[in-house]
Amino acid sequence: MSVTTERRTDIGPPHYEQFLHPIIKKNYGAWKYHEILKPGVLVHVAESGDSIYTVRAASPRLISTEFVRKITALAEKYCDGYLRFTSRNNIEFLLSNKDNIDPLIEELSKFTLVGGTGRGISNVVHTQGWVHCHSSATDASGLVKVVMDELADYFTSMKLPHKVRLAVACCLNMCGAVHASDIAILGVHRTPPRIDHETLPNLCEIPTTVASCPNNAIRPTSIEGKSTVKVDEDKCMYCGNCYTVCPSMPLADPLNDGVSIWVGGKISNARTEPMFTKLAVPYLPNNPPRWPEVTEAVKKIVEIYAKDARPFERVGEWINRIGWARFFEKTGIEFTKYHLDDFRHAGTTFKRSVQNRY
Amino acid sequence: MSDELKTPLLDELEKGPWPSFVSDLKQMAPKKRMVRDLLGQLEKSYRDKRGYWKHGGLVGVMGYGGGVIGRYSALPEEFPGVSHFHTIRVNQPSGWFYTAKALNELMDIWDAHGSGLLNMHGSTGDLVFLGTVTDELEPTFRELTAKDWDLGGSGSDMRTPSCCVGPARCQNACYDTLALTYDLTHKYQDELHRPMFNYKFKIKMSGCPNDCTAAIARSDLGIIGIWKDDIQVDQAAFAEYLDSGMNVQEYVVEKCPTKCISIEGKEIKIDNSDCVKCMHCINMLPKALRVGKERGAAIVLGGKAPIVEGALFGSMMIPFMKMDDFEELHDLIERIWEFWDEHGKNRERIGECVERVGLAAFIEGIGLEPIPQMVTQPRDNPYIFYEEYYEEE
Repeated sequence: MSVTTERRTDIGPPHYEQFLHPIIKKNYGAWKYHEILKPGVLVHVAESGDSIYTVRAASPRLISTEFVRKITALAEKYCDGYLRFTSRNNIEFLLSNKDNIDPLIEELSKFTLVGGTGRGISNVVHTQGWVHCHSSATDASGLVKVVMDELADYFTSMKLPHKVRLAVACCLNMCGAVHASDIAILGVHRTPPRIDHETLPNLCEIPTTVASCPNNAIRPTSIEGKSTVKVDEDKCMYCGNCYTVCPSMPLADPLNDGVSIWVGGKISNARTEPMFTKLAVPYLPNNPPRWPEVTEAVKKIVEIYAKDARPFERVGEWINRIGWARFFEKTGIEFTKYHLDDFRHAGTTFKRSVQNRY
Repeated sequence: MSDELKTPLLDELEKGPWPSFVSDLKQMAPKKRMVRDLLGQLEKSYRDKRGYWKHGGLVGVMGYGGGVIGRYSALPEEFPGVSHFHTIRVNQPSGWFYTAKALNELMDIWDAHGSGLLNMHGSTGDLVFLGTVTDELEPTFRELTAKDWDLGGSGSDMRTPSCCVGPARCQNACYDTLALTYDLTHKYQDELHRPMFNYKFKIKMSGCPNDCTAAIARSDLGIIGIWKDDIQVDQAAFAEYLDSGMNVQEYVVEKCPTKCISIEGKEIKIDNSDCVKCMHCINMLPKALRVGKERGAAIVLGGKAPIVEGALFGSMMIPFMKMDDFEELHDLIERIWEFWDEHGKNRERIGECVERVGLAAFIEGIGLEPIPQMVTQPRDNPYIFYEEYYEEE
């Protein structure tokens, strides 16, 4: 253990340069092109003629130091110790020697999957869920596990019309930012917060709590002479914003909490502009440990997209081409009153033409 | 309670091809009471269909207001190992590059001071150490800083900036995303560690419009690489794509959003004056097409998830800024923060603030001129607040 006499603060993260593979350092900013050699394996070729190989593997994101030591041992063995992670929680092993690719994949295959490249389903961006969060309406790591068990074949292959990006967020806070994914799973509460009038006056600042509600559903009140708040339950849309500022207003409700499914978002500017995800399935029950209703619904959307979309069409582009009416028809998902927006910009989603497919 | 840990529901998550976090955690359980009790509590959550974590508490390291998130079990008697289960956000290196040696050192620190569980990485970008007790926070911090690591952001502060792989391993990078991330993180250490904003402020760097960090959706300030001149073409490589039998007409030409591509003989022709830099043709033909040479970044502002007023994508502030040095950007960031400090409300993200005060008032406040690139269309309503008019002399 190192000994420091002075307390160091505000030093920031270490400089990235010390973690770069020598080939990367040498060819920094001078890359020419890349190719996907096979699912999970990339080669980047530099102006200089140098190549660096990347083997991409899945990680559950929630991992142990043991898991990390396992991958660092492989990086030592095959990659001169160099590795990185992607914005979708994949591990990337960086290799200078092409001959090390297959032996590395063989060792990785004992505990994870290699893939996540090109026209397939990459790793899932997700949140903490019941493992570590106070406001979650569902678990995140478990949902990712069961959904990707169903879709693993799309991770290790590249046979979809285009890439499909999945995300899971366990409540409307959306720490996983599921609002721009091809298919998103979002934990939802369906009942108003239950106010603990005993603790609220001590734990919560009333003006802040009142101001936190986007629908002005919270009003100050007093009960037996003690200041507290009341909720106009007709106005509550269960966003949990009040709970974030006031611990005495929990929303967790095992009977009613569950999962919604959203589709058609994208981040990239390729072909079409970035798009938000839109509601496909308003509610499915929390049914741990394997959430069969959720995995079935997601798999169905993926399979119909796989069959119906044209090459290089993302889910949202496919739906925009065929129209939402046909999306619901093809997937068999019921269109309900919950699909009609009633929040801030609702009017922008109303159809104001007579163009329809008959 | 029996000493043997029974998790029949979680055991179901050990089946199937995707790597199982349950198997990983179970391996750690005999060594760590914290992991054992985490599994116990999680099994109960799976049975009861609800979480058992209390609302966070105020804990941290001396002199910092961010970087640590307090977490306590709602069932401390049943699961004493997780009665305190705080999170430490460790600021990741630019581009999430590591060496095995550096990662192993981090794991040594975490094995000695915490649960041994972590996220690689959190949604904002940090390496997240999950689960330790209050008394271990300061010792963990001391060991981290001794190895040159520091904490990331949390609460109402500048959150840990993050970036794509950038020029380190991508031919599309239009500026040095890793250098800018390092620069901003170091320049704004005070804003990162000591929450004094209205709410969180996230910054993400993507090297091109493919936007691999989701800067447009997941950051208040997105810095997205872009070029101004012509796409670079290697006609010989293009001819090879044609000869390979690839359906370039259908998959590239017809997919161009502004229809500015045509094929003449074995050559590709691009009307660059109409190109909107969407990246599709470059993504499809990486050997033949490359981003231009006059490179910089577009600056978008206001992206966020739904809480409070609804989800927003970042909107265009500056279509092109040179990124040879970062002074112009520093200046812009500081003007944005100053405006937000003066006009923003508590728990109002910058995107919501701009919508409330109006884009015109906002850009005037930060010293930008109105340009058509900022909107998809001019207003279609006549309710204009005219500020100039004539008076009778």
